[in-house]
Amino acid sequence: MDALKQELKENIIEQLNLEDMSPDDIANDDMLFGDGLGLDSIDALELIVMLDKSYGIKLTDPKEGRAIFESINTMAAYITEHRTK
Amino acid sequence: MKQVYINSVGSISAQKTFDNDSFLEDVVGYEDNVISVIDPNYKDYIPPAAARRMAKGIKMGVVASKIALQDAGLENVDAIITGTGMGCVRDSEKFVSAIIDNDEQYLTPTSFIQSTHNTVGGQIALELQCKGYNFTYVHASNSFESTLLDAKLQLENDEEKNILIGGVDELGDHTVAIHKLINHIKPEAVKSSNLLDSGTEGAVFGEGANFFVLSNEKKASSYANIIGVKLYNTLPKAEVSQTALDFLAENNLDVKDIDILILGNNGDIKFDDFYTDLQSKTFHNNQQVYYKHLCGEFNTASSFGFWLASKILKTQTIPDVVKLNKVENSSYKTILLYNQYRGENHSFTLLKQC
Repeated sequence: MDALKQELKENIIEQLNLEDMSPDDIANDDMLFGDGLGLDSIDALELIVMLDKSYGIKLTDPKEGRAIFESINTMAAYITEHRTK
Repeated sequence: MKQVYINSVGSISAQKTFDNDSFLEDVVGYEDNVISVIDPNYKDYIPPAAARRMAKGIKMGVVASKIALQDAGLENVDAIITGTGMGCVRDSEKFVSAIIDNDEQYLTPTSFIQSTHNTVGGQIALELQCKGYNFTYVHASNSFESTLLDAKLQLENDEEKNILIGGVDELGDHTVAIHKLINHIKPEAVKSSNLLDSGTEGAVFGEGANFFVLSNEKKASSYANIIGVKLYNTLPKAEVSQTALDFLAENNLDVKDIDILILGNNGDIKFDDFYTDLQSKTFHNNQQVYYKHLCGEFNTASSFGFWLASKILKTQTIPDVVKLNKVENSSYKTILLYNQYRGENHSFTLLKQC
C-alpha cells in the first residue's frame, strides 16, 4: 500500500504538472481538492483518466469521484480494491 | 481621425529582450538551425497554480504582455488582440500524439483545452480580468500585422483608448521535425552572424512573444507613431519595390524620407531575393537593418522587427549587430519595415518618431 501511495503522488505530480512539488510535500491524508492541494474540476478529469489508464478502473458515476479523490489514502484504498491491472 | 502611438513594449526572444532597460547590449550568438528564447523567470510573473497548465508559448505571451503593461504604467487595457501563426503548437502536438499513442483512448482534457490558437489571448484576459474585445488572428506570417491593423483602425476611430497587441509563436518538437523534412528549416547549423551568407534553402527557426500597448493618447514615454500598415497575401517579386513606393506615396512620403529600412531577410536562398530590389536599388542609399539572425524565423517574427523599430525610434540608437549596410544616419525619424515569408504574406509598416 505504501508503494502505491508513493506511486500515486508521483503520478499526480507528473500528470497535473505540479511543478514545484515533490511526493514528500503531499501527506497521505491531505485533501486533494479545495483547501488542500487546490485541485479543480479539470484535474478531476485527469485523475479519472489516470485511474482508467494505469489501473484499469472505469468510473461510470462522476459523483463517485468526490469520495475516491478525497486524499491519497482514499485513492489508494479504492485502487487496491478495484484495480484490474 | 486620431493618431496611434506605441506606448510600451514587452519582448521575449532569443535575446535578453525581456529587460526593457537595455537594448541589445549583450547579444547572444547562435550556431544552430533552431533557436529557442531566453526564458525570463516566469514565476516572477505568473502564480504557480496558473502556470502549471501553461505551455511555453502561453507563458511567453502572458509575461511579455505583463512587461508591456508595466512599461505603459497600466493595470488594464480596453482590448487584447493577439497574432499567432501556429498557436499553442506544443499542446496540440501533445494532444494529437496522445490520440495516436493511446489508440484514441485515455484522452485527457488539459492539453486539448490549452491547444487552441486563442489560448494566449484568453489567458492574458483572465490574468488581467479584461472583459473587453479579445481577438486572435491566425494569418500565417501576417498574423502580427493583422493585430496591428485591427488595433490601428479601432484607435483611429476612438473606439478604444489602450489596446494590447502582440505576436507569439512557440517551437514544438514535431513541428520542427516536419519543417526540417520539407526543407523549411536549414539542414545545417548556421552562425547568427553568417545567416544571410549561408547560401542554403530554408530558415533558422525560432520562437518568441512581442507585445505592445497601442494608444491614441501620446505620452512622454511613447515609443513611436504608427503611420501605416499594409498587408498582401500575394505580391510578385517584381512588384515589391513599386508597392513600397506606392505605400510611401499614400502616406505623403518619399524614399529620401526613410531613415531606416528594416527587412525580414532570413537567409533562405530561395526567397531572400524578394528583398533584393529594395536593398540594392530602391533604398540603396538608405540605412538598412535586419533582425532574424537574432530571433530566428517564425510566423510572428516580424513583431520582433516592430519591437526593434520601436526601440530605435525611442532610444535613437542602432545596435551594430543589426546593421545591414554601411549607410549611417545621425538621427532616426521614420522607419519602413518590410517582411515576407516564403514569398507570401507581405507587409509594409511605417513608423515615425513622436
